[in-house]
Parts: sequence; C-alpha cells; structure tokens
Amino acid sequence: MGDWLRQAWTVARKDLLLEFRTRTAIVSAVVFTALVLTVFNFGRDPTAVATIDLAPTILWVTFTFAAMLAMNRAFQLELENDALEGLLASPLSRTSLYWGKLLANLVFVAVVEVVGLPLFVLFFDVPVAPVLLPLIAVIALATVGFVAVGTLFSALVIRTRFAELLLVVILLPFLLPPLIGAVQVTARLLGGRPLSESAGWLRLLAAYDIAFVTLATLLFPFTVDE
Amino acid sequence: MSLARKGRLITLIGLGLLALVYVRALAFTPVERLQGPAQKIYYLHVPAAIWAEMAMFLVGLAGIFYLFLKDPRLDRFAEASAEAGTVFASIVLTTGPIWGKPIWGTWWTWDARLTSTLFLFFLYIGYLLLRGAIDDASLRARYAAVLGICGMCLVPFIHLSVYLFRTLHPQPIVLKPSAPSLPGSMLVTLLVSFGVFTLLYVGFVMQRYALALEREEQERSAHA
Repeated sequence: MGDWLRQAWTVARKDLLLEFRTRTAIVSAVVFTALVLTVFNFGRDPTAVATIDLAPTILWVTFTFAAMLAMNRAFQLELENDALEGLLASPLSRTSLYWGKLLANLVFVAVVEVVGLPLFVLFFDVPVAPVLLPLIAVIALATVGFVAVGTLFSALVIRTRFAELLLVVILLPFLLPPLIGAVQVTARLLGGRPLSESAGWLRLLAAYDIAFVTLATLLFPFTVDE
Repeated sequence: MSLARKGRLITLIGLGLLALVYVRALAFTPVERLQGPAQKIYYLHVPAAIWAEMAMFLVGLAGIFYLFLKDPRLDRFAEASAEAGTVFASIVLTTGPIWGKPIWGTWWTWDARLTSTLFLFFLYIGYLLLRGAIDDASLRARYAAVLGICGMCLVPFIHLSVYLFRTLHPQPIVLKPSAPSLPGSMLVTLLVSFGVFTLLYVGFVMQRYALALEREEQERSAHA
C-alpha cells in the first residue's frame, strides 16, 4: 500500500518538476483562465443581468474549460522520445502510474483554480468571504471528479488523430453531472443558503468521485498494456 | 440465410409490427384526457428512450467482457449496439420536441431530462468518433471498451441529476416504485410497442454486425 503510493508520488513529482522547470503549460492555463473570465465580462449586459445570477456559471464554465485543456498535457508529455514506453518498462505498477498522473493533474488544476478564484472574486465582485470554506470544499469535490475521468481519457486519445479535440468531445458529457452539481451548490452558497440544503447534490458529487476514481483506477491498465 | 439478410428480415417485420402498434394506438387505445392526441407519440418515444439507454448498457457490458476475453465478436457487437443506440437516441430527440410543441408550447427547453438524452446522444457520438480515430483494430476495441464501460456507469449519474434537478418532463408512470398509473389498455399498447422496438434493436444490431464482418473481410483481402 505504502509502496504503491510512493511510486505514484514519484510519477507525480516527476511531472510537477518538469512543469515547474518549463512553466509553459501552467502559465498558459492560468492566462487562459483569466482570459475566459474576461470574455464572460463582455458576454453579458451588466445593466440587465446581475453578476450574482451569472456567477456560478462563470466560475464553473471557466474551471471546466481550464481543466479540460490541462488534461491534454498529462500523457502528451510522455509521447516525446517514447517516454511512455520507458515508464511502462520500469518496475512501476499501472495503478501507481495512473495515480501519479492523477495527483499531478490535481495539483495542476488546483493551481489554476487558486489563481482563478481570486480573479473571479475581483472581476465580478462576488461576496465569497462568508462561504469560502464550503465553496473550496465543493470546488475540490468537483475537481476530483473532473480530473479522475480526464486523466483516464487523456490516455485513451494520445494515439489518435486530433487528440486535443477528441478529448474534449468525449470528456464533456462525463463532466455534466459534477458540473450541474457544482453549479447548483455554488448558486445556493452564494445566495446565502445553508449547506444542508445542498446535501443531495453534495452526495451526488461525492458518489461520482468515488465511482469514477475507482473505475478509472481499474480501467487504466487496459489503456496502456498491449 | 446470411446474417445481414436475417437482420433485414427482422427489421422489416419490426417495422410492419410498428405500423400495427400504431393502428392499435390510434384506433383502439383511449385518448388521454389532458394531452389529447399528442399523447399518442408516447408509444414511440418511451420504448425508444428505454432502448437508447439499454443499448449503452449493453455497450458497456460487452466492453467489460471484451477486456477479459478479447473476443472480437464482443467488440463488433458493442459497435453495432452503439450505432443502434444512436438511432434510438435520435428518435427520442425528434419525437420529444414534436410532443413538446403542443403540450409545453416550445420545441426545446433545457429541462434536465431533455438535456440528459442529448448528452446520451453526445456520449454515443463521442464513442463512435473515438472508434473512427483509431486505425489499429485491437487498440480500437480496447479503448472503445474502456469508454463504453465509463459510459454505462455515467448513465445512472445522469439520471440522479435528473431527479435532483427540477424537471418539466412528465414523471415516470410505468417504471417507478409504485404500480403503473396508466389505464391497462394504454399499458398493453406500450408493452407491445416496447416488444416491437426490441425486435428493431435486434434487427439493427444484426445488420450492423454483418456490415462490420464484411468490412473486416475487405480489409483483410486488401492487405493480402
């Protein structure tokens, strides 16, 4: 068990180190998030639609798009110099490889969200301070679901034509349940409703995370082995 | 008789029976009091919706077995079932708005049930696109199986979000915990129609399976 997690951490550390040294992907993703938030500002009539009504949508569409773009890099990175073959030949379990990629992607998306959330608050003047902790919990719950499925699917598409486009097309239907849940809970939180009112949605988000992390862990070996 | 011909025969019988179902639905089944004749589309819409989801379930099931048995027949079946499912999802998405216009006053509304069927349709399209994007047959089968299994597991989540989301769509009246709440004659028509759709599904899948076989044969002879 411990060994398995250590291996996963080694993979994640490798990816994050690579990311930290080049910084191309993470900077692009952060700038992309800022740009989408800006675009949303011009996509509405501020005199007709109150920001608070649109806020959950803006937040979640931005995060969903940013997360989907981030997924592409996980395995694309390993295609250069056949690095994936090297990883598969190493004494690394397939489960650890998946979890390593999952962890690295989670950190990557979390960084984007950590920058994106204050920008969102700043740009749209949303009162998040009183609900900050539950909001972060909801973001975490939804992000785990997004990234678990996204990491698995990014391994599916790397050997296909138009990988980036295909990933988005097959991934988006899967992001629907966590997206609906996250938007509903966020709307209730920002509207000052108690968290208990969103219990059903929170259960849905948690069930989705458990189901798809398990499923992806079980299915991942089939995407890399011959 | 070849598989393709058998499939075509079953499909034709299904289509013939479907016409008879509509004779029964229009002439021998009572008109719904509130919805009037518009409700008649129910006998087309609901069986198609059930099969659109069943087909996804079977794609996933075939995927699970494929990953263990590596039997190309399972993959061919999954592909056929996905295409048949796409057709049924299209039927649901076409008949729904035709009913919605007179009853709701709008062709389309972002109701959770409509949205979920639309996403089921996109799920099928994504699955078929992924299949089309991979040239290597065994790689394609493996990847498609993984996506199919995930798709099968996604359907219950889509349903859960349907129940949590406020919906305009009529609540289920047959498949629900309590007894079906529609008159017996309507239920019989619905069940007969469901049987006919089952036949259609089988016919579609058989024809599509035969097509996959033929294509493989052609590819083999092209390589030889």
